[in-house]
Amino acid sequence: MKTTITVNGQARTLDVDTRTTLLDALRERLALPGTKKGCDHGQCGACTVLVNGVRINSCLSLAVMHDGDAVTTIEGIGTVGKLAPIQQAFLTEDAFQCGYCTPGQICSALGMLQEVADNWPSQETTDLTGKINFTDAELRERMSGNICRCSAYPQIVAAIRSVAGDAA
Amino acid sequence: MRPFTYERATDAKAAVKAAAQTPNAKFLAGGTNLLDLMKLEIETPTHLIDVGRLPMAGIEATADGGLRIGAMATNSHVAADATVRARYPVLTQAIVSGGSGQLRNKASTAGNLLQRTRCAYFYDTSKPCNKRAPGSGCGALEGLNRNSAIFGASHACIATHPSDMAVALVALDARVEVLSPSGAARSFPLMELHRLPAERPEMDTHLVPGELITAVVLPPPPAGGQLYRKVRDRASYAAGLASVAVAGGRIALGAVAHKPWRAADAEAALASGASPAEAIAAELKNASENGRNGFKINLVSRLVPAAIEEARSQGRGA
Repeated sequence: MKTTITVNGQARTLDVDTRTTLLDALRERLALPGTKKGCDHGQCGACTVLVNGVRINSCLSLAVMHDGDAVTTIEGIGTVGKLAPIQQAFLTEDAFQCGYCTPGQICSALGMLQEVADNWPSQETTDLTGKINFTDAELRERMSGNICRCSAYPQIVAAIRSVAGDAA
Repeated sequence: MRPFTYERATDAKAAVKAAAQTPNAKFLAGGTNLLDLMKLEIETPTHLIDVGRLPMAGIEATADGGLRIGAMATNSHVAADATVRARYPVLTQAIVSGGSGQLRNKASTAGNLLQRTRCAYFYDTSKPCNKRAPGSGCGALEGLNRNSAIFGASHACIATHPSDMAVALVALDARVEVLSPSGAARSFPLMELHRLPAERPEMDTHLVPGELITAVVLPPPPAGGQLYRKVRDRASYAAGLASVAVAGGRIALGAVAHKPWRAADAEAALASGASPAEAIAAELKNASENGRNGFKINLVSRLVPAAIEEARSQGRGA
């Protein structure tokens, strides 16, 4: 089935089997292996990408559902020569060991920070009608859909915090 | 995943018509539950009708002071909606206690209601499950049933409904609007959407084949405080072992039955002046256990009075 998706700013047209997930389309058809396949069931977050600026699990979405959408993967966030601030922060804070979950962590963090900027609540939000106080408890809760089996969580929190600024 | 054909619906009437005309078709919205089950070949539709881009994502006030939530509104958008946060906080609290940020960004309101049980025997295709394979038996009855139902179960199925959102909606007396394949619209209380398992656990709801949920409608919020509280094995991103939604004098329980469980006996007891502890004791007279899930009875007996007290203190503060 013919599907056109704008990936990292470039329109890409594919003829895909309807069963192809967005994740497999990115990795296997568009040669963008930065997005990782972990559990393939939406439980680990390794496949997180931004669709129209919003973070989702690319393993639980079909490529054909994204005809006309704009997708940003880790390859579109920065390059080795020109790292995005969040990527540099993960290096500076040593926020990984094996690195397999890192692209998903970074895409998720960018989507999550936009959600905080838009004042979306989480289960850590006590005052639902006020402005979010972006504490570390808020940060951890909002990143709970991204698992790190090396357990680099304290450094991941530090890396995201260094980009987000301090809580009020 | 089994092969299937795909179409993107352009309007709701065409979608229900297509569903009625195509055997073994399913509607697809966010896909977070359906695609997961299709990968496991637990769901095997041969045609998907993508309703995800139908213009049914709005959240708007109704003439009687309530709120109409379009079926395609994402869980994240409903939870973040200013009116929901201010007037129906129990709904925001319930939604943000379920899934992860990524899942809530994709999951739709209607899809959340129609998600299927997380019972381990439903997911494990090597095991018997009357819901997945009618007539094969229930592996949970004498198996790993720690998270099984304590209300309304049958000898054929002791699975629970996994939604948090639906528990809050039931406590808020929400109604569901659906479009039938004939093109006719109907609406009914959300409490009547889901079935108890009885002899037909393969059927989760009372929807007729091809019917499409188009909206959830909330009446004005009841007087008094609101609160959702959920108990689970992990602090975040885990299914509930038991949960409760309190909205004024109305109480609904989650993760304890095949449907969001409106605690009618507890409500009646509260209304006649019983204490919260007495009220939930009245409800738990209907509870039964299957072994490993017996702890839920104790859990609910403590969880619910605490939530009622907290909701009341918030109601007084507001």
